Amino acid sequence: MIQKAGQTALSVVSELGELSAFSLFAVRGFFRQRNRVAKLALAIHEVGLRCLPIVFIVGLFTGLVMGLQLYYTLLKFGAESALGTAVALSLIRELGPVLTALMVVGQAGSAMASELGIQRNDEQIDALETMSIDPLGFLVGPRLVATFICFPILTAVFDLVGIFGGYLTGSLLLNVDSGVYWNRVFESVTWADVQGGYIKALVFGFLTISICAFRGFHTHRKASFPGVRGVSESATRAVVWSSVSVLAADYLITSFLL
Amino acid sequence: MGASLSIRGLKKHFGENRVLDGVDLDVASASVTTIIGKSGIGKSVLLKCIANLLEPDAGTIELNGEPISMKRKALAEDGGAFFSYMFQNNALFDSLTAFDNIALPLREATSLKPDAVNERVTAMLEQLELGGSARKYPGTLSGGMKKRVALGRALITKPQVVLFDEPTTGLDPERKFSVFEMIADYRERFGFTALVVSHDIPEVFEISDYVAWLDGGQIKFHGEPDALDDEAQTALAGFLNKTTFRRSKPSSRENESKNNSTVS
Repeated sequence: MIQKAGQTALSVVSELGELSAFSLFAVRGFFRQRNRVAKLALAIHEVGLRCLPIVFIVGLFTGLVMGLQLYYTLLKFGAESALGTAVALSLIRELGPVLTALMVVGQAGSAMASELGIQRNDEQIDALETMSIDPLGFLVGPRLVATFICFPILTAVFDLVGIFGGYLTGSLLLNVDSGVYWNRVFESVTWADVQGGYIKALVFGFLTISICAFRGFHTHRKASFPGVRGVSESATRAVVWSSVSVLAADYLITSFLL
Repeated sequence: MGASLSIRGLKKHFGENRVLDGVDLDVASASVTTIIGKSGIGKSVLLKCIANLLEPDAGTIELNGEPISMKRKALAEDGGAFFSYMFQNNALFDSLTAFDNIALPLREATSLKPDAVNERVTAMLEQLELGGSARKYPGTLSGGMKKRVALGRALITKPQVVLFDEPTTGLDPERKFSVFEMIADYRERFGFTALVVSHDIPEVFEISDYVAWLDGGQIKFHGEPDALDDEAQTALAGFLNKTTFRRSKPSSRENESKNNSTVS
């Protein structure tokens, strides 16, 4: 049993090492590529723009629900005027970065893992190597660099839309004074909260896109099955492990920030 | 201009399976050498070792007398390459047009100016009779056209050695013949050295200067196609007879049915 636990621990450490090297080589490879701006623009479209609608919708509904739930909770203590504070801090510190990351995993991460898996099976990645093109820098690097730009912006959009959603239910539906709501939002949110949210967004973005790309890129080595089944397994594992890693990293970062 | 290739003692195993067990092969400059052998015997593994897609466990591969590890990654400033690889399933990028697929190695791995790239790719498309399909995506091209795009991509960097991994897989007999013709034609025109893995026996012998038979992890026969006739009593003859038998079966059936219909 101890031997098994040791083997598992070793394999986890080795996998983490592989993942780190994979990500670092991909980012380094990107800066050695030609036509970097065009590749980055394409990656920003994939990771950022295409995820914007879903982030907007989920952000809005999260804010609406939070406005409802927190209003009735605060009402019990006669503190419904603190709705703006509760909604804004919950979103900026926790829910914004976490839910944005989960949405991007669902929208872009799974697609990326599948695409890379298919490219691996179809020998397109091998073809790049035979053409002396670094596949990591060409396929993965731009997406990882794009996460540094897109994740903080997507998180900011989520936070703003969510706070507005809280205003819609709190003030327009449940009659919390709108001046009080917005005043509490501006009063309670500090730069440290925003900074913490952005740190989380950057870490989550890098983690999720790295894991999804790693799983897809190494479909031939990591999946238990070859072919289409292997690709679907890679995509599933990419989504599951990315989501778990977001929540685990959230706990770690929060414990450091508080 | 083609280059000579010399492989000595090449070994590659996967777990307990010794796929290549001391391959020795000399490929003459500007020649077409076809590697034949049973499925799963290691023909593609040999090509992948030469192309650096797999790392051999032992052995050396030399290009014009120099180890290829020294030359492999180098691309000349004018967009010239030492090796090109044409994959069995073409390995074209679905999101790129035929033009962009062919231009990819020039754009990404050379310092050629965009105008020079466009000029070279346009000329290649014309040579491959793909001028009208330049803006089409691989998904909308026929099997033969995809092969030509893949061939164009393999040749655009003016490689010295081109490795063809079963280039006629999935094609009908007419298209198979035209792909072989294309390889022979472009070999003459561009002067590269070709190493072809194929199961199309005996059709592929028409374009082959040399044939190498891979069996049991080693090259058991290497010579001109005509020399195959001298191997009548060997295991190679058994392999060739089997493939010829399979191919002759339908035509003999056809003859039988023709005879029957004449009788009736």
